[in-house]
Amino acid sequence: MPRKPKAVYLRKIRRAAHLLFFRRHRLPGASSSELKRTLGPDYRKALELLDKYLKDLDLQVYEVKEPAPEGEARSRFYIRLRGVLTPTEAKYCGWRIDDLAGLAVAILFITVRGGRAPRQDVEKVLEEKLPGWRVKAGLQRYIRAGYLSEDEQGNLYLDWRTWAEVDQKALMDLLLKYGE
Amino acid sequence: MGKRDSVERGRERLRRVINLCRRVEQGEVDPFAVEVGSLLAIIRELFPNWKSLEDLCLDVEAVEGVSTVVKHQGEWVRGRSTKLYRDPFLIEEKLRSLSKEALAEIFLRSWHPVVELEQLTPHSLENALRYWGELKPLADRLLGLQAEARVVEAEPPQILTEDFERELLALWEELKERTKEGKIRYWDFILADSYEKTARRAYLTSFLITYGYARLEVRPFEEEMYLMAVEEPSPPAESARTISIPIALSFEDWRRLRNAQKA
Repeated sequence: MPRKPKAVYLRKIRRAAHLLFFRRHRLPGASSSELKRTLGPDYRKALELLDKYLKDLDLQVYEVKEPAPEGEARSRFYIRLRGVLTPTEAKYCGWRIDDLAGLAVAILFITVRGGRAPRQDVEKVLEEKLPGWRVKAGLQRYIRAGYLSEDEQGNLYLDWRTWAEVDQKALMDLLLKYGE
Repeated sequence: MGKRDSVERGRERLRRVINLCRRVEQGEVDPFAVEVGSLLAIIRELFPNWKSLEDLCLDVEAVEGVSTVVKHQGEWVRGRSTKLYRDPFLIEEKLRSLSKEALAEIFLRSWHPVVELEQLTPHSLENALRYWGELKPLADRLLGLQAEARVVEAEPPQILTEDFERELLALWEELKERTKEGKIRYWDFILADSYEKTARRAYLTSFLITYGYARLEVRPFEEEMYLMAVEEPSPPAESARTISIPIALSFEDWRRLRNAQKA
């Protein structure tokens, strides 16, 4: 375990853990402005210490930068798994091989198309791997969970959960190196 | 007359410039397939001809269109310079060549699920209280059900569980077995020993038809419908014209069919 921090930081770490673990809004985690308001300007230090505590539990504090056209860059912080799940663990969480493969295909396909792809194109590529009814149900599930989003023109995009949970560069590299 | 013609031709050229820029914006044309320099030269060459407000607005629209092309060219370069850029063709080929198991394995190695705890919030409590307040007493609701005879709740189509898929495949196997020698009457196939089971079979059969696992032949003059199993299912082509056939199944219909079968 890390060395015990000063009492003031201990309070901030506990508060940060509450903010990050308990879902209070549509999205889990907390935004940088919310953390700054609650923990003070040195909120990053508190998050760093919380991250050290979580390391032993195979968890981590993860930052996702959000686009901010003007002013200070914004981020959203989440607590996520530091390592990875085994296939059996993923199955216990309700994810079948088909669901995971479909999600991988959808994310990679949209990524290589520059972050946006027509739903029909994504469905077509998924239908090469999965039965038709599973493709439609799968896409609905990915959208509901926040991995993908869809606009009115029927284009699919990567949504907040993909940015928070999926290491896209690793995913791409693993795909290209697979079987070499 | 000649001058008016030349102004009209100029407008037409400007409209073509605007149209090309729009196609770039909509992703139909590669931004680098457009020569920005020559578009600007056209706009510059035509500018002295514009006197009316309408023509000047057209000129502004063309300049704005060209600036959009430049913006898309910038985005294109930025996209390719990021660490995530890989040749799309290569990635798509790789996606096609790998099995579901391999893709799931790759995904699991780059997936770090978010940890979160859900709990009651004042907002959700407020919603629950409102729902409870508006809920009729159980006795009233049961009375309503009796008055309306029977209500069967169908599973929403988007919730497809493993059990559902297993059930669907079993029904497909059954259809294949029962249509070995041709086809079967739709009502003979879906009819079961209870109304609920019949409705369920009709619901599942509609999935088999929609996803190309079965074919429905409708003979309007004979007022008959037949089902045929498809050995090699293929989803309907995008270009194919698809139609929806609503088939009503009331409790009375079921009772009548059941009695006819027994007789």
